[in-house]
Amino acid sequence: MASIPIPDINIGAIGPEITLCVIAMGILMAEVFSPSRKNRDLMGLVAFGGVVVAGLITMSFQGESFTTFSGTYIVDNFSTFFKLICLLATGLTILVSIRYCEEENIHEGEYYALLLFTTVGMLFMASGEDLMTIYMGLEVMSLSLYALAGYTKTRRESNEASLKYFILGGFSSAILLYGMALIYGASGTTKLAGVSEALMGGSVNTTLIAVGVVLTLVGFAFKVSAVPFHMWTPDVYQGAPVPITGFMSAGPKAAAFAAMFRLFAEAFAPLQNDWWLLLWILAAVTMTAGNLFALAQNNVKRMLAYSSIAHAGYILMGVAAANETGSSGALFYLLAYTFMNIAAFAIVGIVASKGEERVSFKDYTGLGYKYPLLGATLTVMIFSLAGIPPTAGFVGKFYIFMAVVEKGYIVLAIIGVLNAVISVFYYLKLTVYMYMRDERVETTKIVLQPSMIIALLLSLYGVLIIGLAPSAYMSFAKSAFLSF
Amino acid sequence: MNQYIPVLLLFLVSGGVAIAMLGIAEFLGPKDPRDKFREKMEPFECGENQIASPQQRFSIRFYLIALMFIIFDIEAVFLFPWSVIFQELGLFGFVEMMVFIIVLGVGLAYVWKKGALEWE
Repeated sequence: MASIPIPDINIGAIGPEITLCVIAMGILMAEVFSPSRKNRDLMGLVAFGGVVVAGLITMSFQGESFTTFSGTYIVDNFSTFFKLICLLATGLTILVSIRYCEEENIHEGEYYALLLFTTVGMLFMASGEDLMTIYMGLEVMSLSLYALAGYTKTRRESNEASLKYFILGGFSSAILLYGMALIYGASGTTKLAGVSEALMGGSVNTTLIAVGVVLTLVGFAFKVSAVPFHMWTPDVYQGAPVPITGFMSAGPKAAAFAAMFRLFAEAFAPLQNDWWLLLWILAAVTMTAGNLFALAQNNVKRMLAYSSIAHAGYILMGVAAANETGSSGALFYLLAYTFMNIAAFAIVGIVASKGEERVSFKDYTGLGYKYPLLGATLTVMIFSLAGIPPTAGFVGKFYIFMAVVEKGYIVLAIIGVLNAVISVFYYLKLTVYMYMRDERVETTKIVLQPSMIIALLLSLYGVLIIGLAPSAYMSFAKSAFLSF
Repeated sequence: MNQYIPVLLLFLVSGGVAIAMLGIAEFLGPKDPRDKFREKMEPFECGENQIASPQQRFSIRFYLIALMFIIFDIEAVFLFPWSVIFQELGLFGFVEMMVFIIVLGVGLAYVWKKGALEWE
């Protein structure tokens, strides 16, 4: 009887993912077997607890570096950093969602379960050391997100968002998979390290590899909503429930960047002379188009959607530079971006009130006087998004521009700085409405739940602390880069 | 030569069955040619009307059932190779497969309790 070789399996390494899966399934079972009001209120807290536990397990891997599951799954500082960003995004989103679920009266059970499954997919993407692991993670993440985008079934826009996201997301997944298949065909392996070795060996079919690299780049560019693959972003962001919009703009984007980073910096590293120009152009076009379109928006959700496209462009600059400062700068930027964007969308959700009807700039008139603390928080987030010191957004932009200059892409740096200036206009437009308009509009009474207050305070703390004392976070980001 | 006799028998039996089926159908079937050929001339024989408005409604339950069928069909596909080498895999293989089945069981319990399996 032939013995079956069992590959090395390190269950501990996927502890965070297992934790989230078990909690998500538990929530699903609780939803159908004892759906009392009291249990449904608890679900958000249980989900949040699961995220905290997963975060603690992830933190315990800090400094370690090993692969497991036959080299398809890697644990290193890079994956740990991105996993913490993803878990942070999920945790904040859950805190923000508790209020939203009550107000819109949506079913909590499936909502939190889907959110946790999305997170599991993101964690696998961050740890993927094999093309197939990355793809599986991407699909788990995307399929849950398609459902979440259409979660408020009675809103027309939400249905539209879900359908658009699903159809275009399906296309992009197929393109990505096709690219991966070509890379496998050319190099004979799906392992990232193996692809890199094959490329270094020089005996690969360059046409296949070139098409493969471009197709995978297109697939990831869709997921991070880079121009010209951004068409879905404004509609989906506008239609999806506000907490999910905030989540989509931070967590899944970070996970897509993680996989993209690992792919380009590890597997395609020998081809850097060939792909940097693609990323250079992608970054320049993305931030310019994102900012210019954002100028013309009247809907705050849509404005933030275009702004998130622009931010993807800034982060792509870091990827294009592909040096230490660029990589760690992009990591740092994603961390800061998670705090500020989720908080900004949370406040948009608070102002929007039931049915998400109040989302135009006009609805913010006088908000700064009527609710000074809320207005001040939103102002800090807006300043951070615009990159005004002493906020996290400023430091993030600073590092990325520095990396690009170090690399010698002076033109790209100039485009980036010009874009930062353009973006100030539409960000500050919101503060102008909040503080400098005389006419008062009727606002519904705003009451904040404790969970929402905690989420906002956490984000405020994150944005200000990272902005004022960035060195500790920066050294963490640097250590994440060095582990490549 | 003897070894080919079963093959010859197979030809005879299968040919005989085919002829018998056609013959019985001819004998028992409707004699009116319009009835006889209407369904036969359709591109697909699936029980649905072939030419109709594409905007008609049909129940979403078809999709639910189809989705669940695929999931549990694939579960069965995984169970077959596992059961063949069950002895060699030992306890580890058993536990792994139980985890897999429990995860799918949770899904089944969910759709069942949600009422997705009820037709009315």
